[in-house]
Amino acid sequence: MNNRANAIWAIIFVVAAIFLGWRIATGNFGRVYVKSQQVTVNADDGSVAASWETHTKVPPRDHQEEGVSLSIPRTIGLWAGAILTLCIFSFLYGDNPFYKTAESIVVGASAAYLMVIGFWTQIIPNLIGNIVPDWTRTWATPGLDPEAKADYVYLLPLMLSIMLLWRLAPVGGWISRWPLAFFIGATAGFRLIGFMEADFVAQIRATIIPIWVKDAAGGVDIWASIGALTMIVGVISCLIYFFFSLEHKGVVGKTARLGIWFLMVTFGAGFGYTVMGRIALLSQRLEFLFYEWLWLDSPTADAVSGTASLIMPALGG
Amino acid sequence: MKRTAPLLIAATVGFIIIVSTFIPYTESWGEDSMIWFDILAAVAFVLGGGNLLKMNLKKVSERRPGWAYSAIIIAAFLITLTVGLLKVGTHPNEVFWNKPWSGDYIGEGSALWWIYEYLIYPLTSTMFAMLAFYIASAAFRAFRAKNMEASLLLGTAFIVLLGRTYAAIILTGWLPELAHDAEPSFFGQLWNGLRLEKLTETIMGVFNLAGSRAINIGIALGIASTSLKVLLGIDRSYLGTGED
Repeated sequence: MNNRANAIWAIIFVVAAIFLGWRIATGNFGRVYVKSQQVTVNADDGSVAASWETHTKVPPRDHQEEGVSLSIPRTIGLWAGAILTLCIFSFLYGDNPFYKTAESIVVGASAAYLMVIGFWTQIIPNLIGNIVPDWTRTWATPGLDPEAKADYVYLLPLMLSIMLLWRLAPVGGWISRWPLAFFIGATAGFRLIGFMEADFVAQIRATIIPIWVKDAAGGVDIWASIGALTMIVGVISCLIYFFFSLEHKGVVGKTARLGIWFLMVTFGAGFGYTVMGRIALLSQRLEFLFYEWLWLDSPTADAVSGTASLIMPALGG
Repeated sequence: MKRTAPLLIAATVGFIIIVSTFIPYTESWGEDSMIWFDILAAVAFVLGGGNLLKMNLKKVSERRPGWAYSAIIIAAFLITLTVGLLKVGTHPNEVFWNKPWSGDYIGEGSALWWIYEYLIYPLTSTMFAMLAFYIASAAFRAFRAKNMEASLLLGTAFIVLLGRTYAAIILTGWLPELAHDAEPSFFGQLWNGLRLEKLTETIMGVFNLAGSRAINIGIALGIASTSLKVLLGIDRSYLGTGED
């Protein structure tokens, strides 16, 4: 990185640090307030059998309302989220320890998160719940059908699961091929049917019908019909471009070239859409930093000890 | 045994699923296969987690370069796994309040919810958001209207980008809009269709859809042939080299 780029980044960091320091010194920000609600469960005789508190996030401007209090865990979470967001953004400068730390956290946490979801949504209700339903009902899934009986066929997926985990063992790696084969075979079966139905037959049908689009009065809607015909021409010309058993010469070549043009429009539209999606995501992250964390929007900032009254004079307002 | 049995398993399972789509009597076989598939997919996550742990523990124990990041991965993994499996911080289920494990493991206020809300979601969405910079930078360097194809790609991207923002109204807002109460004329519709937001709709709904459909039809045919090759045992690449 050259000196000019370093200087620009240095200026950005210094300005950001000054701004953050100023916010810390003057304003209230980075707090999460919650409203508590008591949940009570009554026993058959009307006495209180159990009770606990649930907390719902409220905007900071409601912090003086009854039952609203500062949530320490969520406030810590907000700060952790904001700091880690900045760590990820630091990659724009280049690979650095802050980015790598944030990346390591997301790798470890995401892997475990998916494992936990799989455990509570599949392994417990579908595997253990089918093999030993009475036992599962007593603790993990009390809502399980009370008539459900043990289905010992599910010992087979249990066996396949153990065989799959054998891959972690230093010897006998081939044992995991059996569950892998089940996996591959099932995927092939599902995909074959799913894609032929949804992406082949349904796509062709949706392309052809309707060719002549009618308007509300029962006449032909010229522009919609032109659109439908263009679509048919586009799909056929693109498919001809994908068909390599014929040499792309003469009429076939010209049609294939038209297909390329359609595909270029598709890629351009896809690119534009992707950029817009990413920018929307970026603005969402900036909103999180500026509004949720720094409280720079006045409705929120007004809420706690008039932070806006501190910001506005500084901005000359 | 090592190679023939997996081939038979893959073929049997695959064809049972295909048959279950067409023969009502075998419908439940397909449903059961789907549940078995989901169970194995969940176990595959356990395998993935175990492998992640194994690789990173090895890196830490050997003090290889970057081992500190591996230690962070292990810590994040174990903490998330523990709080998720033990349902730390979850409220009891209101119906089954006397069963302490009946609470929603991801319910608001639980430790796993906290990890997702304040760590996983901000980090992953920021990573995706950063792609905006790299896509823009790559486009600036690579996009050149050198020929017809490149011009079409560039022009379409430009129109779609503008058409989805307020810039479309500023640039082409002067073109007449269709009156709702009157029968629109041919040229009225033409002028209206040239407004950037309408042009974007046409591009997305006609040209883009035509290309996408052709690609999807191609993918479907490719998937069908690949699946058949796997089920018939012609493609055996998933069995590996056979050295173990």
